[in-house]
This record gives sequence, C-alpha cells and structure tokens, in this order.
Amino acid sequence: MTSYVIKDVAILDGKPTDIVIKDGVIAEIGNGLSADQTIDGSGCVALPGLVDLHTHLREPGREDAETVLSGSRAAAMGGFTAIHAMANTNPVADTAGVVEQVWRLGQAAGLVDVRPVGAVTMGLEGTALAELGAMADSAAAVRVFSDDGKCVHDAALMRRALEYVKAFDGVVAQHAQEPRLTEGAQMNEGVVSGKLGLAGWPAVAEEAIIARDVLLAHHVGSRLHICHLSTAGSVEIIRWAKSRGINVTAEVTPHHLYFTDEVVETYDPIFKVNPPLRTKADVEAVRAGLADGTINIVATDHAPHPSEDKDCEWTAAAFGMTGLESALSVVFETMVQTGLMNWAAVADRMSVAPAQIGRVSSQGQPIAVGSPANLVIFDPRVSQEVDARKTVSASRNTPYAGRTLPGKVVATFYRGTPTVLNGELNA
Amino acid sequence: MTHDFEPQGHVVLDSSDISRALTRLAHEIVERTQGATNLTLMGIPTRGAFLATRLSEKISEIQGSPVSVGAIDITMYRDDLRSRPARALLPTTIPPEGIEGRLVILVDDVLFSGRTIRAALDAISEHGRPELVQLAVLVDRGHRELPIRADYVGKNLPTSRTEKIQVNLIEHDGIDEVRIERESS
Amino acid sequence: MKHLLSAADLGYDDAILILDTAKQLAAATEQGVGKLPPLRGRTVVNLFYEDSTRTRISFEAAAKRLSADVINFSAKGSSVSKGESLKDTALTLEAMGADAVVIRHNSSGAPHRLANAGWISGGVVNAGDGTHEHPTQALLDAFTLRNHLRNGDGDLKGVNVTIVGDVLHSRVARSNVLLLNTLGAKVRLVAPPTLLPYGIEDWDCEVSYDLDASLEGSDAVMMLRVQRERMNAAYFPNAHEYSSRYGLNVTRMNRLAESAIVMHPGPMNRGMEISADVADSDRSVIVEQVANGVSVRMAVLYLILGGSESK
Repeated sequence: MTSYVIKDVAILDGKPTDIVIKDGVIAEIGNGLSADQTIDGSGCVALPGLVDLHTHLREPGREDAETVLSGSRAAAMGGFTAIHAMANTNPVADTAGVVEQVWRLGQAAGLVDVRPVGAVTMGLEGTALAELGAMADSAAAVRVFSDDGKCVHDAALMRRALEYVKAFDGVVAQHAQEPRLTEGAQMNEGVVSGKLGLAGWPAVAEEAIIARDVLLAHHVGSRLHICHLSTAGSVEIIRWAKSRGINVTAEVTPHHLYFTDEVVETYDPIFKVNPPLRTKADVEAVRAGLADGTINIVATDHAPHPSEDKDCEWTAAAFGMTGLESALSVVFETMVQTGLMNWAAVADRMSVAPAQIGRVSSQGQPIAVGSPANLVIFDPRVSQEVDARKTVSASRNTPYAGRTLPGKVVATFYRGTPTVLNGELNA
Repeated sequence: MTHDFEPQGHVVLDSSDISRALTRLAHEIVERTQGATNLTLMGIPTRGAFLATRLSEKISEIQGSPVSVGAIDITMYRDDLRSRPARALLPTTIPPEGIEGRLVILVDDVLFSGRTIRAALDAISEHGRPELVQLAVLVDRGHRELPIRADYVGKNLPTSRTEKIQVNLIEHDGIDEVRIERESS
Repeated sequence: MKHLLSAADLGYDDAILILDTAKQLAAATEQGVGKLPPLRGRTVVNLFYEDSTRTRISFEAAAKRLSADVINFSAKGSSVSKGESLKDTALTLEAMGADAVVIRHNSSGAPHRLANAGWISGGVVNAGDGTHEHPTQALLDAFTLRNHLRNGDGDLKGVNVTIVGDVLHSRVARSNVLLLNTLGAKVRLVAPPTLLPYGIEDWDCEVSYDLDASLEGSDAVMMLRVQRERMNAAYFPNAHEYSSRYGLNVTRMNRLAESAIVMHPGPMNRGMEISADVADSDRSVIVEQVANGVSVRMAVLYLILGGSESK
C-alpha cells in the first residue's frame, strides 16, 4: 500500500505539521516526515473525514437522479468518508433485504462508508412499524431509522418506535412536519409567501412536532434525533429539552445556514426544498444554535433530482437540493468566516458528532497517530464559482450554481486511500 | 475637422411670420373651397392639432360661420413603429359631424417624407369616407419619399437632409417660431 | 415594457401610460374604429391552463382589435393533458414564432418562469397565476375607478378603495393593493382573519375584520369572489354566516357615500359575497369593468408589442 505524507498542513486550528498515512492509519505526525507520495498541505486545514447523517442516494428506484456510486463520488469530492443513505427509495428501505442491497452497493463503490438508514414505518406510510430489528441485525447493521420526507405524525406510533429501537441502540431521526398544517405547502409561511401567493409551510408545523417528540423521548427515555431543523423556535425547543436532560440531537443543513426565503422571489424551483428556506431571523438562530452546540451536527439532506423535476414551474417541481460537494465550503463561509466557529468545532459538527449519533465506530476519530486514516484536506484560501454542469453528482440541482463559494477540498482519504487528490476525483 | 453642431440653430419664421402664413393659408382655403359648408379641419397631433384650431378660427372669422375641427392621431398607422419602443398614443377627436362625406383638410406643421400623411390617410379612412381630402402644412421642407404633395403651404423651406426643422407653438412650447437646426456632420 | 408579470413591475409613469393609452384606445372604440393596425404580423398566444372564458375572450378581443394573429392554446384537450411540461409547450410556441404569450396558470409564478427561464424570447403577459397576481385585472379596475372618480385623468390620489373577501386566495387583491398604492389610492382590506395572508401587516394597506365599520369613507367597494368550498377547509363556518358578516347587501350599500361605486372582478356568487340587488344596482360598475378590460389589455399588448423589441 502506497504511503502518503501531507506536508505543512494545519490539523484543525493547530500549527503546520506533516501527517504520514500508511496501511490505512495515521502512522506519524511531526516535522520533516516523508513517504512514497508527498502532498503539499501548506495553507490547508486537515479535518477528520466528514460524516453525513442525511443523504439521498436514490438507488434503488431513481438511478437517473443518483446511484450509490455517483453519490459516493460526490461525497468523496465534498470531503466525506461516510454517508447515511435515506430510506425513501423505491422500494422503500424498510426490510433487511433493501438495506443490505444498499450497503453492498456502497461496499462495491468503496469510496465512503455507506450506512443505510432504515424506514421507521412500512412503506413510509406512517401506519405500521417496519422490521426495525431485522434491519439492525442485518449486514448493514442499521442504527438510524427515519421516514424522512414524511413525518412519523402518529404520536402513538412515534412513541413505540422510540421505545423499540432502544433494544439495539438505534435512534429515530424525525422529519418534523405536521401534515395537516402543511397541506399543499410550497415555501416558508411568511411575508414572502403572502406576497408570492405560494401556500405557506409555517414554522409551527415543525416546532409542534419537535416539542411533542422531545416530550415523548423524555417520557420513554429514548434518544431522538431531529432532521434538518430550520426555525428559530425549533432551536429554542431543543435548547430547552437539552437543559432538561432530554436525550435529543439535531441537525441543520448547509442551505438553511446560507439562504433565506427571499431567494424564492425568483420562482426558480432550484430553491424549493423541504423544510423550506426560512427568514433571516431563522438563519441567524440556526447559526447560533450550531455554534453553541444546541444543534449537534450539519447534515446535507443531499437530494438529487433530474433536471425535468426542476426545470418547470414552482408548484410542479420536486423538493430538494444537492449538497454533498458544497457542504464544507458553505459551513466555512457561514460559520468559520463569520467567526462563529473554529475548525475544531467544524470537525465536531461534521465528523465527530454525526459519527457518534450514527454509531459509526471507525469514523469521526481525532487526527492522531493510530487513528483510521479518514481525512479531508481543505484549502480555505481559494474560492470558486459553482458550475452545476461540473458536479460529480448525477444531478445538477445545486442552489449555489453561479455563486462563488470559498475554499476547496484538495484531498480526501478514505481508510488510507485517496479518493480525491489535487482537487480531482481519484477513482 | 471642427465640430459644427449648432444646438440653437436659427429662426426662420418668427411669431408674426407664422401668424401671416396662417392668415394666408386661411384665405387660400376659403378661396379654393369656395365657402363649402362641409369643411372639416383635422390636425395631426401634437402641433398640427393646434395649427388646425388656429386655422379654423381664422377661417370662421373670414366666413363668418364656425368651422368643424378635430384631431387624428396617426401613431398606430406609422410604417416605422418597429424602429423604436412603443410610442404613447395621442388623442383623436372626431367632430360630432363625423367625416363621412366631408371636405377634410389635414393640417400638420411640417411636410417632409410624406409618411405621416400616408398614415393619416389610413387613419382617416377608419373613421369614414370623406368626399375629398386635402393637405395644409405650415412648412414644406422637401425630400418627399412618397407621391404626396400639399394643397396649401405656409412656407417652402429648402433644407438639406441633415438639417432639422423645429416648429414651436405657444400652446405647446411657449413661443411661436420655426427654427432650422443643423445636425453635426 | 417587455413583460407584464406583476403589478409591482409598474412604476407610476408606466401605470399612467397604460391607463392613458387605454383611454385613447377606448375612445377609438367609441368612435367606431373596428380594427387598429399596430400589431399586424404579430402573433399572440393565449396559453390558458385554467378555464377562464372571460379573461381569454377579453385578451383575444384585445389582440384581434390590434390586428394581431391570435392562437388559443388551452390545456384541456391539448398536449398538456397528455402530460407535456410547461417548458416543452413554451419551446413549441417559441418555434412557432409567438411574439407574446398571454398565460393563465394555476401555479403561482408560472409567468415568471416562462419569462425568465430562457425557454422563449417573446413577451409574457400574466393573465392570472395561481394565488399570486392578475395585473391586467388591477389595471382595468384602476381604469374604471379613474373614469368614475377622477374624470378619466391622472392618478387616484386620495381615493379610498375597500377590497372585501378572500384576500388569501385572491390574485386580484394582491395586484390591486400594489397598483392602487402606486397610483396614490388608499386601500383597506376587509376579510375574516382566516382569509387574510400571513404577514398582511407588512402590506401597504389597512386591514379590518369588520365590513360595517369600513363602509363609511369608501369611494369604491370591491367585492372578491369567495368559493363556497372554502368552508370545507374551515375558513368560515358556512355560506350564510359569511354572507351575513362580509356580503354586500342593499342595507350596507345604502350606507355608502352617494358617489361610491361597487366593483366585482367576476364571476360573481350572487347571494354569497354580493346580493343580486347590489350587483344590478346603479352603483354597480361590474359590466363596465368587463368593457374596460378589453381597452386595458389592448394598451398592454400595444405597449409590449407595438414598438421595437424592448430589452
């Protein structure tokens, strides 16, 4: 196995040093080191390989939008070494058979750990529990369960799911959306929706479910994870729940850190996403919540769609945007350049904490001698205009197209092997 | 080469010249139409409409009876609509007698290419079939592009194509005068 | 003017120009001119995804009276009902040489997409999109108000307009609030709280829940259509309660100032938001609104298509 030395790279917020990677682990850290291949890391930052708790890979069912392979490549380009494949495929990942298929496809791709997420309910229909235990016991060893895309809105069913997954240390990741309050909803309910005449998705529809579920989690003593939290009120509820000792974790997406609902004024469905882009006050609140740890992690909610599902009128368009390739740059711009977080905090929110929530043992480890060599080398000095045509994902629905984002992933190491080198895919 | 653009130009007809020209035009019209009772003056906005009103007053004075007067906007009948952004429309006023079977005299300030008059003839025909249509202009500057001539001319002003004739009227511009302005060569 | 997508796109001068142009065009109609020539050789497509015979006919009459060629394309019984996307329909119209597309669509913002997605190069006129806007309706309302209250000239400074009904789902209300403000009028919206959009307090108008308290001082009352089906979604208990609280009946009409007018964009629900007696009264200018619609749409089409291609 080829050995690599990354010269003069800053580990998180530290001083420049050399890192040697050999036989899948970090072999040496220090000055004046050498190896078979040398990578210039001067000016760059080394972070533990990123872990995404919320990725839509679309396979099986919508291979025209993304496959496990194309999604793995996009993940590697974004600096990820582990991703969690959401269950809303066709067929739904609600049996051991489907999760094992996705897991095997991930192994075959071999670019990141692909951890399947199991559905909470059969067919995501919200009426009967899926075979949670069988999925946990399968080769895919599922630990995260979610009906993402749909809310487990039946309180009794949610309570049972929270209880049941305790048997195998699982976690239910809730897509918090009260369905009756969001019928036909197209965008955040606020001043902009009133003006644009688009049906509103009120903040309370998210907050009401989060409030209910933290109380349920408290009552049954389970851990709960909240997907793509997007409102100031949700941050408040999580903060309150944590102060009460409730075992809840929460994620925010890069796009909810970056955009406000004002971009919808173009009626360009590239900005149509669920939960919707919110107001400036919400963006400020989720940034503050991520900085102080109320929100534990950043998760991409990478949701690829073929162009015909976006190149249309707003209401006909699909919800969702891609995010794997741009996530680190967006977090850098919104959280680091603003002074809200340092690199150690970025490593925590994008690698350590998500690995911990997903129970991914070999990921999110500190950059230290002996750790598995899952690493990303990020150059914060450059910036680049996002060109949707050049994305590695099979879909082009990036909301950052035409915008300039700071920083660039120079190299990604997955179990000691570079999946990205010199900013290019190495696979 | 010197820049010989003259923004001010020079006055070729002053207020009393214009007044005399209109008086002469009024007399010619009365003489040539032999006191016809079905006379209707149709001015082409903007300035032709003011001239038509003035002429009608002078003719009524001479004849001792009122003369029917109106205005006909030609904007939508222009053959160069596509050369500029859409133009604002100007008022069309058809006198209560209408123009069917009338002796219509079109009135404009300057006769140049003849295209405005061509458009006016089209516009007029939308409102009825006059017995006869004639044309009266304050200034004929030549350079016709269509087989059109004026029946009554206040003043012939030979010009070059690069020159610009500017008619100012008190009702619209605060002063009565006709200027020649030369565009830069 | 390249497109007319929203009443918000119209500045004061643009709005006055449209109204003044409509005035000249209305005069031509009154003078008996059947057909005007400025759009000869231009093709206007009426692309209607919703059934709206009234609006389509109005645009069709307007385009034809300006000598444009008109192609009517309605979603029913066309390639659209076979699942063709708006984009593919637009590309087809572009290939056929449409100079302007008048679009009615049930999706808010569809005209914006048509104008800005790079599918077509011609002008786009919004003939009503979802619950967003209906700018030519607002223009014809302003034209009607100006004729009755300002002698057909200038703007609407100082005119008090009360708009009553389902503001939440009304594209007419949105366009009217924007345009009437631009023209200097004061707008008051009256509706039950359930039928007002979230964030209404940021709109440039007054808001009231009480129709009776809003009649005095109104120079015009505009009644919006309220769909009976809304009661199924609990926006109000039933038709009777709605019409007794928010319907315009003779008793309420008699409390209006003598010069005040009653308007309705149609189609009316007689007995729901407006009683038959009011709709047919001398105060009602509802039929006139329809006639003015043709003049205003002629003005819009002329200003978009009657000159050189605007950028």
